[in-house]
Amino acid sequence: MPTTARVRRLLAALLALAAAPAAAQLRVDITEGLAAPMPVAVPVFPTPTVTPTPAGDTATIGEAVARIITANLQGSGLFRPIDRAALPRPTHAEILKPAFFAYRTLAAQALVSGFVTANADGTLTVGCYLHDVFSEEELARQGFTVPVAGWRRAAHKCSDMVYTRLTGEAGYFDTRIVYVSETGPRTSRIKRLAIMDQDGANHRFLTSGQNIVLTPRFAPSQQTISYMSFEGNRPRVWLYTLGSGRQEAVGTFQSMTFAPSFSPDGSRLLLSVMASGNADIQAVDLASRRITRLTSASAIDTSPSMSPDGRRIVFESDRGGTQQLYVMNADGSGVTRISFGEGRAASPAWSPRGDLIAFVRIRGGQFRIAVIRPDGTGERVLTDGWQDENPSWSPNGRVIVFTRTERGGRSTLRSVDLTGRNERAIPTPLEASDPSWSSLLP
Amino acid sequence: MSRQIALALVSAALLVSACAKKRESLPPPPPPPATPIPLPEPAAPPPPAVGTTAIPGSMADFLARAGSDRVFFALDRYDLDSDARLTLDRQAAWLRQYPAVRATIEGHADERGTREYNLALGERRANAARNYLAAQGVAASRMTVISYGKERPAVEGSNEEAWAQNRRAVTVLVSGMAN
Repeated sequence: MPTTARVRRLLAALLALAAAPAAAQLRVDITEGLAAPMPVAVPVFPTPTVTPTPAGDTATIGEAVARIITANLQGSGLFRPIDRAALPRPTHAEILKPAFFAYRTLAAQALVSGFVTANADGTLTVGCYLHDVFSEEELARQGFTVPVAGWRRAAHKCSDMVYTRLTGEAGYFDTRIVYVSETGPRTSRIKRLAIMDQDGANHRFLTSGQNIVLTPRFAPSQQTISYMSFEGNRPRVWLYTLGSGRQEAVGTFQSMTFAPSFSPDGSRLLLSVMASGNADIQAVDLASRRITRLTSASAIDTSPSMSPDGRRIVFESDRGGTQQLYVMNADGSGVTRISFGEGRAASPAWSPRGDLIAFVRIRGGQFRIAVIRPDGTGERVLTDGWQDENPSWSPNGRVIVFTRTERGGRSTLRSVDLTGRNERAIPTPLEASDPSWSSLLP
Repeated sequence: MSRQIALALVSAALLVSACAKKRESLPPPPPPPATPIPLPEPAAPPPPAVGTTAIPGSMADFLARAGSDRVFFALDRYDLDSDARLTLDRQAAWLRQYPAVRATIEGHADERGTREYNLALGERRANAARNYLAAQGVAASRMTVISYGKERPAVEGSNEEAWAQNRRAVTVLVSGMAN
């Protein structure tokens, strides 16, 4: 089903009056994370007239919207939603004039409220408001008109509004994750590309499982996914166009190609090309299909990831004897090793903020997710699984999604924030690996 | 087949081998000897057929005569040890005898490497086996390589025994065999 077509009609800003940038006495310090999550109230979103829709009536949707926002804010680790059963059930009229006293009694600091209405053209409008419970000030408001099938996106957009207003940073809730769904015994495992909302909803499979597929990566446009497939027993990099479902092999390489990733502007695809026992990093210009070789060491050079400004590339190489991280200019010049210390370093991913590189720290037989600055300083290990690998960043550069494999082979998706203190499981229908997080949906 | 014909085939193979050597672009470590390359030992004569019912030239015949379709590697290595070379010598002898047979050499890694790196490591292992077979006179054009990285372990389990069996290069006959 064409998810993109379904959501493309999302129209923001029905209520165009953006809240004035008031003095931000209510603020979440994102770098401290868990220290003191902000107590927040998210009561059920009322509806002025209960109206049936294909996705349930508007009252039911209003309850679900509050539930989704609650889960998003809680999952960030920065907020502590108050048990909804204890909250008042506001009427539609009370959204603009909340009963602040009731929320103060519950020690809520922020109030996220709103409403759901059905429109004559079959769309839904979700109003979203953020109030400071103590100053009784309105901090933000936005309205979203969405096709009925895309109603969950309104809840994610509302969550992003709250996150942004209270942390000062872009959110990451209205996003998707593409990954590899796994099932069956390890010796003959079936692997399928799958895509879902970041909270696991709207899950669907993109490939049949006939061929092994690995390492999907979103293009910045989010309309295209690059991945590796063993189709025809020729392991190489492919492109998958969402919507049309079109699949196309990249280039006419005579040997294995793998580890694809897009440049931040989407114009180029970086990948590894195997030849004579060596892997070199090459760049494919997607418009002209012109190919540029970027590395030529007698080594395994792989997992390229470009900086958000497009000027540099981080990759892993065993040219020094073991896997380590190297940074080079986008034209392949100026290669500098950045990872040192005990163990190996693999699978780097450059943060969309540019300030950090996530990677896999291999030490003592254990893989863990770590971050390091592009100049090689400030290495921090964030997780402690047996095998944590394939890190991919949230679009705001605050959360990393990754694969955790337990001894014996069970693989699942997890996320961890930059403090390392907020680690969570991401639900998937089957076992899962190789997640790639999209940018914020338009 | 008579002993004379077998020896003649081996001699011919050695000539081919000398040519094939020049085309090798990346031998795996340890580095090849710098002194004149010693001629490989003639392949061990095929074991007597007593007790085997395999049809000559068939997959079962290949397995019976080569002893194994696979060779194993040390952790994170792709050089061939003496056991591996012995197995490949026998595989090469069989493949020389049945020149219509084409093979795919599959390279595999155990689960203790990252996904992308293991794809490359599996390819290095497959190449090491193919280059060795080519040096023993099996035309390189008869062999293709494919790496499965850590995606197709031979056995389940997260322990030394399982890992040792999973670090492998497998010679899979794909066409030209007797049925």
